[in-house]
Amino acid sequence: MADSHVATHSALAHHFDNMEQQREAGSLGMWIFLLTEIMFFGGAFTAYIVYRNTPEVSEAFVLASNTLDVWLGLINTAVLICSSLTMALAVYYAQTETDSKRLQITFMILTVILGLTFLVIKGFEYADKFTHHHIPGKTYSFPAAGVLESKTQIFFTIYFALTGLHALHMIIGIVILLVIIRMAAKKRFSPEWHAPVELFGLYWHFVDIVWIFLFPLLYLLGFHLHGGAH
Amino acid sequence: MIEATEAKLKQVEPRTHYLNANYGIKSWLLTIDHKRIALLYLASITVFFFLGGAFALMIRLELLTPKGDIMTPDAYNKMFTMHGIVMIFFFLIPAIPAVLGNFLLPLMLGAKDLAFPKINLLSWYVYNLGAIFTLYAIIAGGVDTGWTFYTPLSVNSTSQVTPMAVGIFINGFSSILTGLNFIVTIHTMRAPGLTWFRLPLFVWAHYATSLIQILGTPVLAVTIVLLGIERIFGVGIFNASLGGDPVLFQHLFWFYSHPAVYIMILPAMGVISELIAAFSRKKIFGYSFVAFSSLAIAVYGFLVWGHHMFVSSQSVFAGMVFSFLSYFVAIPSAVKVFNWTATLFKGSISWDTPMLYAFGFIGLFIIGGMTGLYLAALGLDVHVHDTYFVVAHFHYIMVGGAVMAYLGGMHYWWPKITGRMYPEGWAKLSALLVFIGFNLTFFPQFLLGYQGMPRRYHEYADHFQVLNVMSTAGASILGVGYVLPMIYFIWSMRYGPIAKANPWPGSGLEWQTSSPPPTENFEETPTVTWDAYEFTKDNSRRYDVVKQGS
Ligand code: HEM
Ligand SMILES: [Cu+2]
Repeated sequence: MADSHVATHSALAHHFDNMEQQREAGSLGMWIFLLTEIMFFGGAFTAYIVYRNTPEVSEAFVLASNTLDVWLGLINTAVLICSSLTMALAVYYAQTETDSKRLQITFMILTVILGLTFLVIKGFEYADKFTHHHIPGKTYSFPAAGVLESKTQIFFTIYFALTGLHALHMIIGIVILLVIIRMAAKKRFSPEWHAPVELFGLYWHFVDIVWIFLFPLLYLLGFHLHGGAH
Repeated sequence: MIEATEAKLKQVEPRTHYLNANYGIKSWLLTIDHKRIALLYLASITVFFFLGGAFALMIRLELLTPKGDIMTPDAYNKMFTMHGIVMIFFFLIPAIPAVLGNFLLPLMLGAKDLAFPKINLLSWYVYNLGAIFTLYAIIAGGVDTGWTFYTPLSVNSTSQVTPMAVGIFINGFSSILTGLNFIVTIHTMRAPGLTWFRLPLFVWAHYATSLIQILGTPVLAVTIVLLGIERIFGVGIFNASLGGDPVLFQHLFWFYSHPAVYIMILPAMGVISELIAAFSRKKIFGYSFVAFSSLAIAVYGFLVWGHHMFVSSQSVFAGMVFSFLSYFVAIPSAVKVFNWTATLFKGSISWDTPMLYAFGFIGLFIIGGMTGLYLAALGLDVHVHDTYFVVAHFHYIMVGGAVMAYLGGMHYWWPKITGRMYPEGWAKLSALLVFIGFNLTFFPQFLLGYQGMPRRYHEYADHFQVLNVMSTAGASILGVGYVLPMIYFIWSMRYGPIAKANPWPGSGLEWQTSSPPPTENFEETPTVTWDAYEFTKDNSRRYDVVKQGS
């Protein structure tokens, strides 16, 4: 906890001794929060893995998984990777000494747009499930699965639980990012203090990584078995 | 007469401290001072403790006779379910961390506050939001599944499972936020010179507890989400009739809930280490072993959940592995007990109330722990599973252990929290009542369970009655033992003798500031040059006995 030359920054909270300590606390806090997120998604992933290894259910999973549109999934994966890049650039320009506020805000706005794009595409996918009665519940039907019909429902439950939780994280992320953009517009950040941008960057990358796992597990596993979607 | 006392008090304490720094409801509800938040928690948690206690007394009244005469089987199911839920999620899990931990961690670290004071306040609101859903579920008719929510019953039950699940889900976030805050605070806010191995064992225990909170609670959260989805949409993940797997629920549930019992007992062990050191005036024997045993318990606790599932269609091989692994969890707990005993050996022991609770804790914890080993033995567990033996076992650990430590800690730090002493005579009496009442309530339950009385039944065979009557009698004594402290604590806030900064005297940093502490804890940040538990030779009590009217 070396004394920092910016010990009396206006963003220093009353209970910290210096900016360095405050920064350390913030980023450790964020990492621990992400750890809890891993455990949170981990529980649902566990359920997926268990069923994936249960003989009959596993077969039903392949059938159900092949109704997903791999192309849309792939596009969304690309969209999210781009948004990670724009967010990383926004963090970079928040750190640099030069007058880079414009660039920083631009990249954050791009991130918001990419995030919204993802959600819109996801919306189309959900709508497709709706028209095919693949939403779990009373109206559910999947006659093509024959005796496995009830088990394909397990796949869709896990699909909606995981992608739904993921989408929820994205929505929360976009709202927070809008707040941060407002703060940036009010010139609240400087190379000495831009913790919210940096910490939010970590969160956004995490949400992207979750999708990187979801995409192959939900869309691709079993894909080769039947030679493609639909 | 009262005026005279007040005048006298004004002379004694003209200074400002965290309690009188500002006034009014708003100054409390919007406070970000960890000490005030601890007191907010104390208020909420006390309400739930007595609510859970009321349910317990109803259970015991029903079991006074072999016939189900004061309530229907359905009402009884709801009674023990709500007793379990309230006690576990709204009392035991938050009690020591959120009240004592919140109050003491920054003080013990020489910090001005926790790392994230606003998140700390948020966690209290989250707790209460969860509590509102839970109370709603209780008022709207209750839940009949048992606190474990086993599927398929919890999927099919027509009772208020959904709002209850929402309440517990929300409440979990308050637990996660507290754990996160503690870990970051311990890492980044220690005073200069306060190295890891100079930390009080109370801090180590809370560090380990926080690890469990952040790793385990999210798994419970997602399990509850899945359960909720299943109930609302009528789909099958855990529901066997729709192709799902009910045992999967038990795996996910116990992955959290076995470690969760350590969320309840580890902070208690931290408290006991402080009490044992302070009242035998010795350094804790094998300090680093005690510190690491907390971490070992936290990590290891995640590997033994399957011992709750010996009879739920888990393979015999898995049962054997979990049985074998479970024995190892006993080692770090035993390390602690041995080290406490070694510390007591040749210490200059004083029999103040907190020490009485500490002794009670050790005795009861040994019984609870040893019977845990019985239960971890695969063959034996099949015999006593779901009998009163199990009920007695976990009450010895959770009530005999955690609640004793909580009360002991409350007495020990009360002068720091309020600047006042409690009445020693009454406190000793209530410690005695708690100890006697507890044993009379729960020891007969070991015998009942061993003879085969099943748990969660509201009627029983006639020959079990004698032991049940003993248990109910014990419960009434225990109830008195719990109500007394609440009365004299409240009394002492106004009339108790004034306590000096370090009345016992203790060795931690929390005793190096005035009582009650100022809002920012220390006049100036302390620099630590000594190890934990280095006691001065001066043994004298340091509180003024300012009696009312004197
Ligand atoms: C006043 C003294 C108490 C009495 C007389 C009492 C009584 C009981 C009884 C009879 C049961 C078993 C119901 C059944 O399975 O049929 C039970 C369960 C339970 N009690 Fe207590 N209890 C007391 C205090 C506490 C306290 C202080 C806690 C926690 C701090 C607690 C936590 C639990 C839990 C977690 C269960 C398990 C519920 C379940 O698995 O269904 N009890 N209690
Ligand atoms: Cu266990």
